[in-house]
Amino acid sequence: MSDQVAITSSPQYHDRQSTARIMWSVTACLVPATAWGVYVFGVRALWVVLASIAAAVLAEYLMGLVFRRFTLADGSAVLTGLLVGMNMPPAVPFFIPVIGSFFAIAVVKWTFGGLGSNWMNPALAGRVFVFFSWTGEMTTWTMPQTLPVTDAFSSATYLGVVKTGLTESTGATGGPLALLQQSGFPNSRLDTVVTDWLNSTILEPLGISLPFGYVDPFVGNIPGSIGEISALLLMVGAIYLFARRIITWEIPAAYFLSFGLMTWIFGGLIHGGGAFTGDVLFHVLSGGFMLATFYMVTDMSTSPVTRRGMLIYGAGAGFLTFLIRTYGSFPEGASLAIILMNVFVPLIDRATRPSRFGVNKPKEAEA
Amino acid sequence: MRKLTFPLGGIHPVERKDATRNKPSANAIIPSRCIVPLQQHIGAPAELLVEEGDQVGEGMLIGKAQGFVSANVHAPVPGTVTEIKSIYLPSGVRSDAVVIELEGEFERLGKEQKKSDWKRLGGKKILEEIQEHGIVGMGGATFPTHVKFSLPKGRRCEYLILNGTECEPYLSSDHRLMVERTDELLEGLQIVAKLLKPDHITIGIETNKPDAIEILQKAVAKLETKIRVAPLKIKYPQGDEKQLIKAIAGREVPSGGLPLDIDCVVANAGTVHAIYEAVVTGRPLIDRLVTVSGGAIRQPGNFKVRIGTPIGELIGECGGFSEIPAKIVSGGPMMGQTIYDMDTPVTKGTSGILALTEREVNASPRTACINCGRCVDACPIGLEPTRLFKAVDHFEYAEAVADGLMDCRECGSCGYVCPARIPLVQGIRVGKLMARKKKVPA
Repeated sequence: MSDQVAITSSPQYHDRQSTARIMWSVTACLVPATAWGVYVFGVRALWVVLASIAAAVLAEYLMGLVFRRFTLADGSAVLTGLLVGMNMPPAVPFFIPVIGSFFAIAVVKWTFGGLGSNWMNPALAGRVFVFFSWTGEMTTWTMPQTLPVTDAFSSATYLGVVKTGLTESTGATGGPLALLQQSGFPNSRLDTVVTDWLNSTILEPLGISLPFGYVDPFVGNIPGSIGEISALLLMVGAIYLFARRIITWEIPAAYFLSFGLMTWIFGGLIHGGGAFTGDVLFHVLSGGFMLATFYMVTDMSTSPVTRRGMLIYGAGAGFLTFLIRTYGSFPEGASLAIILMNVFVPLIDRATRPSRFGVNKPKEAEA
Repeated sequence: MRKLTFPLGGIHPVERKDATRNKPSANAIIPSRCIVPLQQHIGAPAELLVEEGDQVGEGMLIGKAQGFVSANVHAPVPGTVTEIKSIYLPSGVRSDAVVIELEGEFERLGKEQKKSDWKRLGGKKILEEIQEHGIVGMGGATFPTHVKFSLPKGRRCEYLILNGTECEPYLSSDHRLMVERTDELLEGLQIVAKLLKPDHITIGIETNKPDAIEILQKAVAKLETKIRVAPLKIKYPQGDEKQLIKAIAGREVPSGGLPLDIDCVVANAGTVHAIYEAVVTGRPLIDRLVTVSGGAIRQPGNFKVRIGTPIGELIGECGGFSEIPAKIVSGGPMMGQTIYDMDTPVTKGTSGILALTEREVNASPRTACINCGRCVDACPIGLEPTRLFKAVDHFEYAEAVADGLMDCRECGSCGYVCPARIPLVQGIRVGKLMARKKKVPA
């Protein structure tokens, strides 16, 4: 038997989860949201995503040649490429996602030692790098084909319109949705129908009513990056990740709650309202927040290892996202907030080390 | 039903006990050749008392304990000593072993055993009987029981805990023992109680053995001695004595300490039953219950096996392999050791023999650590295995020791959940070895 059986140290068997299975599962969970982006923005969006993935894979392969480590099968390069592609505006010139992916893999990931050693989320770093390098191209948006508009291009996303509206207005604005309506931003027929139905059947008896304009960002009928627009499909994928315990609740919950609370309490102030008037629903549904909550801030390599650390990290990232979105000069905040929070991960890990069994505790025997 | 458990870490490895848990134990065929190692316990190996050509009787002393921390070894079968040879134990340790060719008459097999009245024995005499009959911890650690039960001066035993958790997946030998030999087991427990005079006696059983809990609860109700049966939540590694004490008595064994430091003693079900046989019927530890299971075994089952039986014979009795196994394991899948030689004998600490298929092992390529934190979450003693591994990997033994390296119980929870398949336990073991070698202060 000696040449047929394996000799290994314990444990002798393992959980089904593996690095490759985690990476490919996350990739699979992102496919529906990406497919939606391709559906509403047209097939060019697909080429953007594929170019981005191809560049990431090529970069991983080339770096593998240099370091003599071939890691394409673990799926992490495809995932990074996909995330970079999902963060691109649909009409972006192809060289931008290619450079973004190359930067993400070759510089951010491999110069620190490859998978698991990078301290900054590679996909976000790639996105931020090209964003600051080609700001014009990175902020030219396409209107979804599902919206009733004649002009296919728009200069702004939901958040962008609100930001501009805020700088131009002087008095109270009435909140982000009011600003959108003033600018003449259209709603889809779906939004009208679903909002009407919700109001008449569920919400009216409860004495509340939902304004038009929330269903569109929930489903994904808004301009934005290819993969970030459909909150619904991003959540569907996330449910699978939670069910398979690939991601745990701590980081998304802390991120969501901290961002939501801050927005609710202070988000209304810049709109001329009082405290506790912020439009949380608008903010969590727009921009890259959903993509960040379930797929970016949860990146394992760049988040703490302890449960307590994860809570602190998530809360910190949520707070920074709020700060940048509300008071920064960019409409978007998630990417920068997460990258900034990545810097604190080693500190958080050091501060939240688990308490050891049988160490420095009063002897319970006396109790 | 209130279920107890330990609070920190722990995992739920795939159980796969269904293949054997309801199969009554059968007597394994007596092997024609037994290979009996002299080192079946922690401590010094037993001193060889026989030589080639000697005739031995069933249960005859063939290896005498050398010093206090050591254990006697007896002939499991009658016969002729044909060879004294050096073999590898599953742990990789070399040991001399006595090879006995079966021959002659059994003194005990198939005969009515005379029972002595243990109630008249004093504590000292009970301890002597335990030592005399070569009893060691049968959960796998094989620490000599007479050493464990010798209370240091000034110490007393407040909690006596019978370990019936059997938290290792696949295994069901303790389960069968509790169901089939309930009265003998409880008598054994009372013998131990007479020796240690505990304030509380508790039997800890995980709730995946509801029949054992029910039978024992009924049986203890009839006894004069007060014994509590405590149902425990299913969680690995609850059978580790530190975790079991935490679950039942709520106390933590201090880092680097022993259960006796907090007035607790834990004994495994198999050990307590062996004590019953030793004290009441004078039978030395020459056989034990072994679960033979795993996806590559044709007919899994539980067997009463003579010590020294080559595992090949035992597997043959189970119909052999249904496919070539990926691994053959002595013990459970979490803490057991792989074996490659079909002549490797069953020893006092062998709770199971498993033949695992490729699918069951779930091997996958090792990747770099992705920092997921699953190992930190799983560790029942609050260590950060990935951190320890990296420190050892960089020869930073002092740092690893400061981070609790020496406290690791090697339960394997971290290695089981690691998606990168990093050999965390192996790394930690190497680290412990090097730290001792380099005399890194704890």
